[in-house]
Amino acid sequence: MLGTGLLVFREVLEAALIVSIVCAATRGVRARGAWVGGGIAFGVLGALLVAFFADVIAAAVSGVGQELFNASVLLAAVVMIAWHAIWMASHGKELAMQMKSVGGAVQSGARPLSALLVVVAIAVLREGSEVVLFLYGQSAGGAGALELAGGIALGIVGGVAVGFLLYFGLLGIPMRYFFSATNWLMMLLAAGLASQAAGFLIQADVLPALGNRIWDTSALLSDASLLGKTLHTLVGYDARPAGMQLVFYAITAGVIALGMKWWGSPAPMKSRAG
Amino acid sequence: MLRPIFLLALLSAGAAHAADFEAKLAIRDHKFDPPELNVPAGAKIKLSIENQDATPEEFESTDLNREKVVVGKGTITVFIGPLDAGKYHFFGDFHQETAQGDLIAK
Repeated sequence: MLGTGLLVFREVLEAALIVSIVCAATRGVRARGAWVGGGIAFGVLGALLVAFFADVIAAAVSGVGQELFNASVLLAAVVMIAWHAIWMASHGKELAMQMKSVGGAVQSGARPLSALLVVVAIAVLREGSEVVLFLYGQSAGGAGALELAGGIALGIVGGVAVGFLLYFGLLGIPMRYFFSATNWLMMLLAAGLASQAAGFLIQADVLPALGNRIWDTSALLSDASLLGKTLHTLVGYDARPAGMQLVFYAITAGVIALGMKWWGSPAPMKSRAG
Repeated sequence: MLRPIFLLALLSAGAAHAADFEAKLAIRDHKFDPPELNVPAGAKIKLSIENQDATPEEFESTDLNREKVVVGKGTITVFIGPLDAGKYHFFGDFHQETAQGDLIAK
């Protein structure tokens, strides 16, 4: 039960961390729960489908279908986060002011919440499909229903608890800085996801690694440790990154930062910077 | 800005680079066979992993920065390296009690 719980926990944790950041970034948005809940529901459905078709995906594109699929959904999430972060940079200040004046109830307006629904769905789908495959294997391998249910419950409760911790920690950020803080967090999250996508494309031999290990900090902070895994999900920490991963990370962070600066700055700046 | 990169990635998919060395690994009864796999250092390796069990497994290695699901009775290919000489640990994420192994590059 503990082994099952531990694996479920690790997968749920990754998704929960991403959902927490999305929840923080959508603080005060009306019907936010429905958007996030919808994302989770689509994600679970997608996870079941991906697990069910795992052999089809694996065999596709001469055996690298799994990597291309992972890289594609990761990059889709990156684009969605970039869109939302840049949109927020141009509207964040009014949002924060509105929230102060009306005490938290803010209209969603034209905000691209669908983008965040996709991000949540993708996070749940990726981690969830592994959980489904694992549990299928466990049950086919003769594990009892009670043991599995206990493990699933343990893992989900643990992972969600850490997600809540992060969420309430983020809520402690003063309102003045809140949306710019969550926006920078979203930028780092996107950069990390892009780096993971590059990792899959290297694994599939679609992209060159540009150096297998640019550095090795695994002795200092291993990817397998809880903190390493958490930072891996949140900001894309990698103990042994390949060069191409750094390129993807830098380009994503750079493009989003520029986009936020460009659209987040006062109007006169825009015409000059063009 | 990101979409062109992705397209580039897909386009270059057709022009995959060949590996210098091919290695094979099997999974049987949730164990790796062989548990220690020797490969040449400094070479790009195409590693095929055949899962002879009926249940899925995930080949994973933090040392090598690789993870890939292999379904029951399925075979996957993972590209690795070129590696420096040394020992690189890998494991089956779904059966960590038994599925452990090392890649030895020399």
